[in-house]
Amino acid sequence: MISLYAGIGAFWQSLKEAFVVDLPIGEGFTAVVDFMQTHFDLFFTAIADAISFVADNLTAFFNYLPPQLVFGVLAVLALWRVGWQFALFVLLGLYVVMGMDLWPESMDTLGLVIAATLAALGVGLPLGVAMAKSDLLAALVRPVLDFMQTLPAFVYLIPAVIFFGTGRVPGTIATVIFSMPPAVRMMNLGIRQVPAENVEAGRAFGCNPLQLLFKVELPLALPSIMAGINQTIMLALSMVVIASMIGAGGLGDPVLAGIQQLRLGTGFEGGLGVVILAIILDRLTQSFAQRSRHRTGIGTRIKQLFARGEGVRAD
Amino acid sequence: MSIKLSVEHVYKVFGAHPKRALERIQKGQTKDEIFAATGMTVGVSDASFDVAEGEIFVVMGLSGSGKSTLVRMLNRLIEPTAGSIRIDGQDITRMTRKQLIALRRREISMVFQSFALMPHQNVLENTAFGLAVAGVGREQREEKALAALDAVGLKPNAHSFPDELSGGMKQRVGLARALAVDPGILLMDEAFSALDPLIRTEMQDELLRLQSEHARTVVFITHDLDEAMRVGDRIAIMQGGTVVQVGTPEEIVREPANEYVRSFFRGVDVSHVFTAADVARRDQVTVMERPGVSLRAALERLRGHDGSAAVVHDRGGKYQGVVSIDSLIACIDGLGRRDEGRIEDAFIREVEPVSVDTPLTELMTQVAHSPCPVPVVDAHGRYKGTISRATLLHTLDRTDKGAA
Ligand SMILES: Nc1ncnc2c1ncn2[C@@H]1O[C@H](COP(=O)(O)OP(=O)(O)O)[C@@H](O)[C@H]1O
Ligand SMILES: [Mg+2]
Repeated sequence: MISLYAGIGAFWQSLKEAFVVDLPIGEGFTAVVDFMQTHFDLFFTAIADAISFVADNLTAFFNYLPPQLVFGVLAVLALWRVGWQFALFVLLGLYVVMGMDLWPESMDTLGLVIAATLAALGVGLPLGVAMAKSDLLAALVRPVLDFMQTLPAFVYLIPAVIFFGTGRVPGTIATVIFSMPPAVRMMNLGIRQVPAENVEAGRAFGCNPLQLLFKVELPLALPSIMAGINQTIMLALSMVVIASMIGAGGLGDPVLAGIQQLRLGTGFEGGLGVVILAIILDRLTQSFAQRSRHRTGIGTRIKQLFARGEGVRAD
Repeated sequence: MSIKLSVEHVYKVFGAHPKRALERIQKGQTKDEIFAATGMTVGVSDASFDVAEGEIFVVMGLSGSGKSTLVRMLNRLIEPTAGSIRIDGQDITRMTRKQLIALRRREISMVFQSFALMPHQNVLENTAFGLAVAGVGREQREEKALAALDAVGLKPNAHSFPDELSGGMKQRVGLARALAVDPGILLMDEAFSALDPLIRTEMQDELLRLQSEHARTVVFITHDLDEAMRVGDRIAIMQGGTVVQVGTPEEIVREPANEYVRSFFRGVDVSHVFTAADVARRDQVTVMERPGVSLRAALERLRGHDGSAAVVHDRGGKYQGVVSIDSLIACIDGLGRRDEGRIEDAFIREVEPVSVDTPLTELMTQVAHSPCPVPVVDAHGRYKGTISRATLLHTLDRTDKGAA
């Protein structure tokens, strides 16, 4: 029996020696990166400068805003777009963030998320339009998107660190790339799903291609586009937290500290902050994904609020 | 009437190598054979017809017979593979993109089966869509759009959104949108097919009413014979991509080109297609010119002809009345021996002449209850023939046979 196992083992060993070649994939990758670093240095510097300009300014801006104003603006948005219950939640959530002494970290995260989202949409939405218009491009880009979405989140950190070092800039860049696929996908899908007769109507009444895009396709694809933007924002938020591993800062820092130094409380507080921010961003952007023309004005919302109050009293 | 739209030998092949399919068509292969051999679909094959200014030209055929393809080639939403399409003498298949866009904005508009309204725009904005695309200023386009909405009775709903309207109302908006640009040609692809039967009839009436106010050239697609007969001045029938017959509704009912065309009448009531003029005949009764006919001479002639009734008209052919052997005898009995009597006195009072354009449906009761064949007169009161019970039954029977 034992000799049989040994025999199989020896056979496998000889098979491996005979057929399996050591593939120098890792070395090849390093060579490619080296090449790019030496030859595209200017390009990377330009990107880094642009990103750091936007990200730094946005985070600085949110930190500069008085907290009362942030409370007020978010609560009013919540009341207008969603309802009074959610406005109450927003106020409570922000109060908790304040109480945990995580306000600057939250504003950093918010700034980074918005900077990364803007960049992701700036590239992703036009790419999605192009995909919808060209089957060839769609066939080429789709597998890349699939690949990007199956890759674990922190794999994105490696090339970012290699090209841009550590800090806010590589964190934002990794976030941009990680969060872009839904915007591309949903834009492509949304435009392709516009009913054929509506497109025909646009063409039959004499739209040129640009008019067709802006007067028919984008408005009819809007719910799908907004859903894509919502997903992009949520992915950006989750990635910004992970990017604190390479020094992006923000709400990821207390979480990281919690893991590294086993400070359970700090880690939990950071996590709670992320959740609160996530819920607020999610509900608000989702509310824009619904067709917005039946929306009730802020005045009616406030009236409803009081009418409801009276209703409760009357009961 | 002048020709507005002229379609000559137009083909459309869907597939990778349309020219190769065209060669096969020239060799006489059928649509199915070409599909089996090459995988290409012949959508429209050798369509030719003219549409006159101000007429409603109906294209009818079963699903898949190429109606939508044909109508979309008229504004080049679908590019023809071969052939020429002339609007006011100008061949649109040779137009550049730019000219084509100008043509669509100015000359030709379209109404769609599932309405194709823009859900994010209100009724007014939807109606003004074509004008907005053409760059017409806000004030002017809203004015024109409101006028178009008024024409279809939807002015009060100008600020509603499409999802707040019923199907019939949505299609009124679709119609208003097409009318707002004041097009020379209106294309309607199964525009009423998605509506309930009652609403559908209402919309057909609406179209006919609009047409009576301002006759436009309309190309109207339908798969429904009743609808085709109601709205069509002329009808083209499509089968498997080819136009098999073009004619007025009467011509098509009377002489269907083939079994396929005949099959449309299966179970369909065609009595409203025929009018009195179509079935009136001149050989059923004796005809007398009034001057110089005495009562007794008339009776002799009727007996001699073995007939039972006679129509009397004047020298100019104007209808005067009907007499029968019985009415003549009754009248003569009342006369003195030497009296000549007047033929008017023998006219059968209850027989009323009908006009040539009375539909058969409205004739049935009258013919059934009349003691003799019913006389038919034209707009000037001239005698055109008579309709007997036998003729009527024969006509109805024949169209039923056509159906069976
Ligand atoms: N885009 C297309 N590609 C391939 N075949 C098509 C296309 N559009 C229509 N066809 C085919 O052309 C024929 C005519 O279709 P269509 O004009 O839509 O008929 P109808 O409107 O009379 O129902 C059908 O056999 C259909 O399958
Ligand atoms: Mg069709």
